[in-house]
Amino acid sequence: MLFKIYRYDPDKDAKPYMQEYDVELQSTDRMLLDALIRIKAMDDTLSLRRSCREGVCGSDAMNINGKNGLACITKLSDLKTPVEIRPLPGMPVIRDLVVDMSQFFKQYHSVKPFLVNDTPPPDKERKQSPEERAELDGLYECILCACCSTSCPSFWWNPDKFVGPAGLLQAYRFLADSRDQATSERLDNLEDPYRLFRCHSIMNCVDVCPKGLNPTKAIGKIKDMLVKRMV
Amino acid sequence: MSFPVRKFDAVIVGAGGSGLRASLQLAEAGYNVAVLSKVFPTRSHTVAAQGGVGAALGNMGEDSWHWHMYDTVKGSDWLGDQDAIEFMCREAPKSILELEHFGMPFDRNEDGTVYQRPFGGHMQNFGAGPAVQRSCCAADRTGHAMLHTLYQRNVRANANFFVEWMALDLIRDDSGQVVGVTAMEMESGDVFIFHAKAVLFATGGAGRVYASSTNAFINTGDGLGIVSRAGIPLEDMEFWQFHPTGVSGAGVLITEGVRGEGGYLLNKDGERFMERYAPNAKDLASRDVVARAMATEIKEGRGCGEGADHVLLKLDHLGEQLIDSKLPGIREIAKKFANVDPARDPIPVVPTCHYMMGGIPTNYRGEVVAPRGSDMEAVVPGLYAAGECACASVHGANRLGTNSLTDLLVFGKSAGNSTIEFLKENKSHKELPSDAGELTRARLNRLNNQTGGESVSEVGAALRDTMQRTCGVFRFPDLLESGVREIKEVEQRVARTEIKDKSKVFNTARVEALELDNLIEVAVASLVSAEARKESRGAHDRADFAERDDVNWLKHSLWFKEGSKLDYKAVHMEPLTVETIAPKVRTY
Repeated sequence: MLFKIYRYDPDKDAKPYMQEYDVELQSTDRMLLDALIRIKAMDDTLSLRRSCREGVCGSDAMNINGKNGLACITKLSDLKTPVEIRPLPGMPVIRDLVVDMSQFFKQYHSVKPFLVNDTPPPDKERKQSPEERAELDGLYECILCACCSTSCPSFWWNPDKFVGPAGLLQAYRFLADSRDQATSERLDNLEDPYRLFRCHSIMNCVDVCPKGLNPTKAIGKIKDMLVKRMV
Repeated sequence: MSFPVRKFDAVIVGAGGSGLRASLQLAEAGYNVAVLSKVFPTRSHTVAAQGGVGAALGNMGEDSWHWHMYDTVKGSDWLGDQDAIEFMCREAPKSILELEHFGMPFDRNEDGTVYQRPFGGHMQNFGAGPAVQRSCCAADRTGHAMLHTLYQRNVRANANFFVEWMALDLIRDDSGQVVGVTAMEMESGDVFIFHAKAVLFATGGAGRVYASSTNAFINTGDGLGIVSRAGIPLEDMEFWQFHPTGVSGAGVLITEGVRGEGGYLLNKDGERFMERYAPNAKDLASRDVVARAMATEIKEGRGCGEGADHVLLKLDHLGEQLIDSKLPGIREIAKKFANVDPARDPIPVVPTCHYMMGGIPTNYRGEVVAPRGSDMEAVVPGLYAAGECACASVHGANRLGTNSLTDLLVFGKSAGNSTIEFLKENKSHKELPSDAGELTRARLNRLNNQTGGESVSEVGAALRDTMQRTCGVFRFPDLLESGVREIKEVEQRVARTEIKDKSKVFNTARVEALELDNLIEVAVASLVSAEARKESRGAHDRADFAERDDVNWLKHSLWFKEGSKLDYKAVHMEPLTVETIAPKVRTY
């Protein structure tokens, strides 16, 4: 199977280039990550992140034939050849398929992604009904792989100002939590022409999310909360 | 020329569940702590835990920490230390409530309390049964929910993370006190000395010593390799858990929670064979028991599929609605990795390496202990360990499902607290020895200058193949003996690995070579300890010594890197406040 992979090592390369690899796959090679590991065994200079190899850790996000996804849960049989693999778009490349995620995590941290509840906790759990808990479904499962934010033109243009779909999904995860008390501070923090309102609902994020989550819907709910707050 | 030095009160190596729980204690107490992690914290392997975390909250019916303790001792086949087990089971409910208060999205009951599901080996009434619902969960993504919650709480506490830094070697002074570690920043390739008053290892498991494993690529036993090179022994390394339900061929985990929710195993005749092996607990017997039963079915020709090499996990009778609410991640994994929709068809599964019961010897306070003179458990000053890399020992010869998350919460916190106590008494840094960093420099120089060596992937494959063939679910004397010989040959090859990539920048070839240095210590320790233990106990099942032998073998193994020697120490049979749970025949 033929692969074309983005290569760049600032230690020796003046500029990036695409390298071709023709790999003989084994019957056990099911996912793209299996093929990349076989390539790495042939050429140990190829750098990429990977860990869980089952789609839960979010390490091996990359651009595969033009679309962001996780290598470990992308089936080889679904890929058109030659398979073109590039680092996540819009991020500074450290080396090969490894990008600098600092800006992405900075935006995640900026939404205060932790429960705020200043009342002293009870001796037992803070009660939450199954219905209240169900509000968190589709939100808490985010794996911070950055497939969504790096497929979003608004995030490409303003990565320092626009929170991006992943960060906003997590902002709503805490707004939606019946135990959280910081609703108005959270909304204040997002009521800004850039932080929230750069989302133009083009839904690239929904299209690429490897966990099937819907950041656009969550962003819509935050906008609803802001509107309700005004009236 | 020595490496540049950075100074901290303490260094925590690893940012999975136990590392994050420990760092939270230290960050909230205001200490200057560096938390080193090879990956961004939420990418640590705790993220992959599925079915739940065990604690006797009693939300679903009567339960008590004392029953939980009994089940854990019995599950450990009496090799677990009863003081540590009592401590864990008593603290567990408090740890869960803390996490809930931190914001963990646990599933809920109608009355608003945390939902708990049944799990293997967890029973009512001191093992008499029936099964108890003790596993607190967030659908089948409990580890993910827990790891993210702990990371989020650390963000709130302003913990100081060094993301994509790999710890390389321990630094001890002449008295043996721990004074720091060396670590490499992966992005730049630069190595630093982290000079600290205390070092806490939370590096997780090492399941990547096996060819077929549920473990992430990062699980390479780094903490174990590092301490063993620094003269500290590894405890009970012969005990490896094979999870009954790894996806056949792929090795990806399918939670025991599937059986907790009512799923069961079938052989090729459609027989629910666990009824024969464990008449009471059936599919919810302890993992070692279920894994052996499955391996026996396959060995005796009752396996399924063309190769008759797996059995089937049936759950379609649970209904699509329950599967989607309680086991959605499993449905996703089965579709992706087994090409079946479990709401319609059973999942092909095989026992797969999953968890390391052994590790760095500690007491229940998370202090690392090693023999000194006649004291088999002298505290190593300044050194702590928690979670899967540590051996407290609460899991003994076999861990119960849900107890890994319980372990990392309880002991992450207690090791953090012990570190704080130590820092209160030790206000200043001990001086670095004059040769600080030399071992690391020698290892890196060797790797950079090596010519004519083998590739890391080739030697790594030989290591994994050796473990898989010779140290599996069933163990045979001839295989163990040849395994020891073979792994010592692999050890020679590890010392001559060669990488083509010499770049400074994000050199993952170098990282993998350095990881292999740790994997080999784990593999040698496992095989040498397994070959020597002439009994069957928990996950260690020998064809030539089929019974447990409490007269000769109710003791912990200690493997020392120097000379690859073994020693043994007593099991703590005395709990902290209750009576000893005396050994008896273990049936489910």
